[in-house]
Amino acid sequence: MNRIDQAFKEKGNQLLNVYFTAGYPALEDTLPIAKALNDGGVDLIEIGLPFSDPVADGPTIQESSTQALANGMTISRLFEQLQDLRPQVDVPVLLMGYINPVLQYGFERFCARCQEVGVDGLILPDLPMYEYEELYKDVLEKYGLYNVFLITPQTSDERIRKIDELSKGFIYMVSSASTTGAKSGITNEQIAYFERIKSLQLANKRLIGFGISNNESFEKACEFADGAIVGSAFIKQIANDSSAAAIQSFVKNIKHPK
Amino acid sequence: MSEVKSKYLVDERGYFGKFGGAYIPEMLYPNVEELRSAYLEIIETPAFKADFEQLLKDYVGRPTPLYHAARLSETIGAKVYLKREDLCHTGAHKVNNTIGQILLAQALGKKRIIAETGAGQHGVATATVCALMGIDCIVYMGEIDMARQKPNVERMKILGAEVRAAKSGSKTLKDATNEAMRHWINNPQDTHYIIGSVVGPHPYPDMVARFQSVISEEIKWQLEEKEGKTSPDCVVACVGGGSNAAGAYYHYLDDEQVKLVAVEASGLGNDTGKSAATTALGREGVLHGSRTILMQTDDGQVVEPYSISAGLDYPGIGPFHAHLFDSGRADFVGVTDEEAMKAGVLLSRTEGIIPAVESAHAIAALHKVSFESDDIVVVNLSGRGDKDLETYIKWGKY
Repeated sequence: MNRIDQAFKEKGNQLLNVYFTAGYPALEDTLPIAKALNDGGVDLIEIGLPFSDPVADGPTIQESSTQALANGMTISRLFEQLQDLRPQVDVPVLLMGYINPVLQYGFERFCARCQEVGVDGLILPDLPMYEYEELYKDVLEKYGLYNVFLITPQTSDERIRKIDELSKGFIYMVSSASTTGAKSGITNEQIAYFERIKSLQLANKRLIGFGISNNESFEKACEFADGAIVGSAFIKQIANDSSAAAIQSFVKNIKHPK
Repeated sequence: MSEVKSKYLVDERGYFGKFGGAYIPEMLYPNVEELRSAYLEIIETPAFKADFEQLLKDYVGRPTPLYHAARLSETIGAKVYLKREDLCHTGAHKVNNTIGQILLAQALGKKRIIAETGAGQHGVATATVCALMGIDCIVYMGEIDMARQKPNVERMKILGAEVRAAKSGSKTLKDATNEAMRHWINNPQDTHYIIGSVVGPHPYPDMVARFQSVISEEIKWQLEEKEGKTSPDCVVACVGGGSNAAGAYYHYLDDEQVKLVAVEASGLGNDTGKSAATTALGREGVLHGSRTILMQTDDGQVVEPYSISAGLDYPGIGPFHAHLFDSGRADFVGVTDEEAMKAGVLLSRTEGIIPAVESAHAIAALHKVSFESDDIVVVNLSGRGDKDLETYIKWGKY
């Protein structure tokens, strides 16, 4: 069983997925940060592949990408670092990245390396759905990888149904019309959107991301979905202090502050 | 705009051959999809066509002349015509597209316009049509470009636009484009994004090419008046993203007797690391929402290009041109800063026309293509040199 399915099966709901950029703040921080998140009790880990032109990201994640690239991070380097991912980390790990570097590396070669090091899924926000279906779905399946799609408040119900059919693992619900880290907290308008999605009774699990930065927004998101994703807030944390102790306390403060 | 069908144009899925498509995050999908599903229907209505043609005539000053440059022709050894897009209102062909897109934005009920700009020409052309229509306008411009192109920043402000500095990444055109896309993600419903070239996700490359196709539509009848035939032997145009070239080639794509020459900026030379010659230095990939040819590292990171001309200083080319390159339909020629500046002076001295540095690249390419003495060559003179006075002064060799 794919570790993503297993995590949802065993833990039910209130899953916390934390995003960070590979090679940030220092080049060799990738695996230690993943391990600290794992030990701190996160339920899934999302590792970002830095890209020079990340249009879906706000300033926090973009700056971390710029720094990671300046540090010398590349896809080849990341796979070398992840060679020791298992068994140090046992929660599911997803790689999130823009499509161009993946295409340059070679899509199938990329998927094969993901399987070798124990990556469970991919989030490729600028990969078109039709192209996924026609060219890449079979490749991902061959290497046991799940592809996670995003939906937003503007995504039509019809398109959500289609995404639900194609998705494996979970659907990434972008909480508002925004880039990452742009807005914080949860508004009534967002709650209406969360409820609308909940009422669609989708086959897939759902995690809410964008704007989740503390225990309050995490718990609120968990009322409407199976868990939530923290990105920019965690990048700010590791920019400040990336020690294992600080990371573990960050996770605890989001999941169980008391 | 008259309808053209060609194997070199976009297919029903939004591709030019294997290039194009819409590689966009879900956050942009509804915006782009709204445009994709509506643009053809809107721009083909008689009311839209009438408004577009009226504004091109009365406001932009079309048709622009097709001028036989006799003295320049002597130095080249062919019969050279200049398509005078430099005489368009605002000083370049860019306004053909912004007129089309502002009318489209109105038809879609949008309340605000955003745009990216490099040298500032597209920003000025956008601010101009927004002033004309009384619509709010925000232009993103790289912080470094704002310093390099101060007069255009002020021009946009006089026209009532808000100019926002793109401070991310390399702080130039590609980052201004990223920032504009981010703005659009954050404001999906009331905002239209006017992209200035034949780049971006489908339908932009096709839509912008259609609005610019008026250039070759006019060349055809103007050449017929002067030469008794609609087709020249060769059409030459500079390519950054490629909107003026797309317009100049558009009606000749399937007329394979017409040689198409695309001129890229080689900066200080293609082997110096200071160049913007995409087809010479780039390879296939995805940039700003479309599959195309772009300059990138081995690891797929986008490279910051260089050219003396801010309008050609872009790390990719539109998918329209990637297809022309890949299929061999167009010949791609590189011109260095020095060659372009010299050609700018040559045109000034032989014809009394100071070209934009972008367009000077197209003039310089005339020395690099071999012609028969009776060949008819049309150069798309995309913009005028007023904005580049400082560049000419700094170069100084005149």
